[in-house]
This record gives sequence, C-alpha cells and structure tokens, in this order.
Amino acid sequence: MTAFDSPAPPLFAARGLGFSRDSEIIFSQVDLDVGSGDALVIEGANGAGKTTLLRVLAGLLEQTEGTLSWQGVTLADGQRVAGSMAVLGHHLGLKGELTPIENLRFRVALGGLRHGMTPAIALRSAGLEGYADVPLRSLSAGQRKRTALAALLLSPAALWLLDEPYANLDREGQRVVDRMLETHCLRGGAAIFSSHGLFTPALSRMHTLVLSGVTA
Amino acid sequence: MAAALALLRRDLLLLWRQRADALNPLLFALMVATLFPLALGPEAQMLARVAGGIVWVTVVLASLLSLDALFRGDADDGSLDQLATCGQPLALLAGAKMLAHWIGTGLPLTLVGPLLAYMLGIDLATVPTLLLALALGTPLLSMIGACCAALTVAMRRSGILLALLVLPLTIPVLIFGAGAVDAAGTGGDPSAPLLFLAAGLALALPLAPLGCAAAIRIGTA
Repeated sequence: MTAFDSPAPPLFAARGLGFSRDSEIIFSQVDLDVGSGDALVIEGANGAGKTTLLRVLAGLLEQTEGTLSWQGVTLADGQRVAGSMAVLGHHLGLKGELTPIENLRFRVALGGLRHGMTPAIALRSAGLEGYADVPLRSLSAGQRKRTALAALLLSPAALWLLDEPYANLDREGQRVVDRMLETHCLRGGAAIFSSHGLFTPALSRMHTLVLSGVTA
Repeated sequence: MAAALALLRRDLLLLWRQRADALNPLLFALMVATLFPLALGPEAQMLARVAGGIVWVTVVLASLLSLDALFRGDADDGSLDQLATCGQPLALLAGAKMLAHWIGTGLPLTLVGPLLAYMLGIDLATVPTLLLALALGTPLLSMIGACCAALTVAMRRSGILLALLVLPLTIPVLIFGAGAVDAAGTGGDPSAPLLFLAAGLALALPLAPLGCAAAIRIGTA
C-alpha cells in the first residue's frame, strides 16, 4: 500500500468512548472523527452528557471505555498532546479581580500565543474594545464570555473544545463565535462544541453528534 | 517554567488585590497568641517557658485558615481546568501555587512569629532558633496543606475535612519546630530537630508538587 492509499489520520478521533459514574452510564459507544477544518457540534438535551463528553475529550475526566487518538496515535488514559487543545468550559477560567487584559496575558503565558495575535487584537475581535482595564468582575456575563473567547483567539492550539460557546451572548456575540469558528476551521484548525440546539451555527464543514442521554 | 512564574505573579497580584483577606491568618495568629496569657495567667516565667510551643500551634492553625481558599477560587471559576489542560507540567504549576501560599501566609507568619514570642516573654537568645525553625517549617506546612486542599477541592464544604486531613500530617512539623525552640530555651542543642525539619523540606520540595499535581487531577475529575 502506498502513502496515497491511506488517507491522513484525523486530527482527533474517539472509538467506542464511554463514561460511567458510580455505575450510572453517562454516555457510551461514542465514535467521532475530527479532521483539520472540521467543526463538530454535540447536540443533546440538558443532562444528556455533553459537558461530561467534552471534559473526557479534554482529558479532565478519564473515559471508562473506548480509546482516543491524536493524529492517529492512540492516547494513554488522561494523556494529551501538550498545547494541542484549547478548552472553554461553562466556568470561563478567568479571574474577576483581574482586568480582561491581565487575564489574557496570563492565559498566553499558560497556553502560548498564536502567531500574529496580541491580547489587544483579540479583545477587539471579540468586541471588547475599551474594556481592557476594567476589572472583569464588573463586566456582564456576556462580556466575560467575550473575554474567554478572546483567550481562545490567542491560543495556538489546533483543536478547540467549547462547552456551550453561544450561551450568555447577544446576537452580535453569537456572530462573533460563528466568525471565530469559521476562521479557525479555514485556517486548518478543528473545533468540537456543544449546543442545546437553540441556536444553529452556519458553518461550512459542520457535522453533528447527537447525545441521547441514556444510550445503554 | 515561564508559565509557573506567570501563575505565581498572578496569584501574588490576586493576593494584593484582596489584601484585606490576606491579612486574616496574621490577625488570627495575633488573637490566639493574645488569648494564651489571659487563659494561663500572667506569670512571666511560665509564659516564657511555653512561648515557643504557643507560637508554633498558632502558626499551624493560622496557616490552615487560608488553605481552603488556595484552590477553591481556581476550581469555582474554571481556572483549575485551564491549568490542567494547558499542556504545561502541572507539578510546576502546583509548585507555584504552593510558593504563592507560602509568600501569602507562611512568610508573614515566620516574620511575625518571633514578635509573638517576644510578646509572650520568650528568652531572646532562642529567637534565632525560632526564626530558623519557622523558616524551615512553614514551607512544609504550605506544601502538605496544598496537597490536601487539592484533594478536597471537589467538595463544596470541605473546611473541617481539610483540617482533619492536614493536622495529623503537620504534627511532625509541629513537634520538631516546637522541639527546636524548647531545646534552645533549656540550654540544649536545637540542631537535631532543625535538621529533621530541613530534611523534611528537602524531601517535600521535589515530591509535594508531584503529589499536589496528582491531587489536582483527582480533584478536577
């Protein structure tokens, strides 16, 4: 077999992924493939296990069954390729006592900086121009969310794992997320994000994974 | 390493922005040390005899006071998830958290400890020993405490559980710390207990961050 016959392995893939907590099955037999340029939306009702699945993918929880692989290489339990993914959870990972720009600088120190990006540009792209020096605590929930989106823009990671990226945002903010996802995928990145289905993003290469809750 | 330094700088900045809260352990230590003469009576000789022990108990309890907050804030606002997923060695980041806790709690207590002892009428010749014992012992308290705090961070109300976990583990620090001061006060040689503290510190410096990183992984799961 020549190299032409075997397609490039997907960026991130899961086979037969399952997670149970105290013998209660949260999800099971989840297969997913995310290649460069793909966006995968995880849909499901409240409590269907979207957040848990994303935490397993991020390596914050260890799956109870199945395997994960990065660029075709199987990952050991809890192991992730350093700097390969950027995570945006329900809790944004920002400090209320710090200003958006201080928060972003810290995140850059942790996760690195995408080429050609600066915290100031990221804040502007997220629609937070003029709020750089206001303590995050005094911003609205939507503005805090936009700060977390700016942190995502700064990250050089190829794979984005986003839990409800559209929550708390106004229409303009939701368009910002759309634009970010579109640009990220066009640049060859990939994204996996959850949505409870109220807002349907318009992305070119989008796949959907529906979590039905009890799949056992 | 740069990430760990950034985390240390962030935690110190947070400490500075919340400096009223940061003073709590010091105020607590001052209050407790003031209560002992009231309860034991004002006999100068007796107080001077127990001053070292009182300061050590006070320091152990005061450092416990700020432990629950060490990872609580980071866990509640999702920062701990970011630390765990950012791809940096978690043990280094845990080490930075421990150092930040020590700078915020252990270091001020080390500096105030001799003052409290002086207030209780300790023999001035033993103050250098007390200072050295505190300088060796308080980093140990921060490191042991951080491991336990990371373990209990998943629990909403972990205050008393954290104390139950931490206090037995800090007993050796208390015994050797107070023992060193006692030996110096009674004309003995304090070097043996001080060396035990130093050995404990040398052991904990590489091991505690690793243990704390494992505890964070368990705590975030």
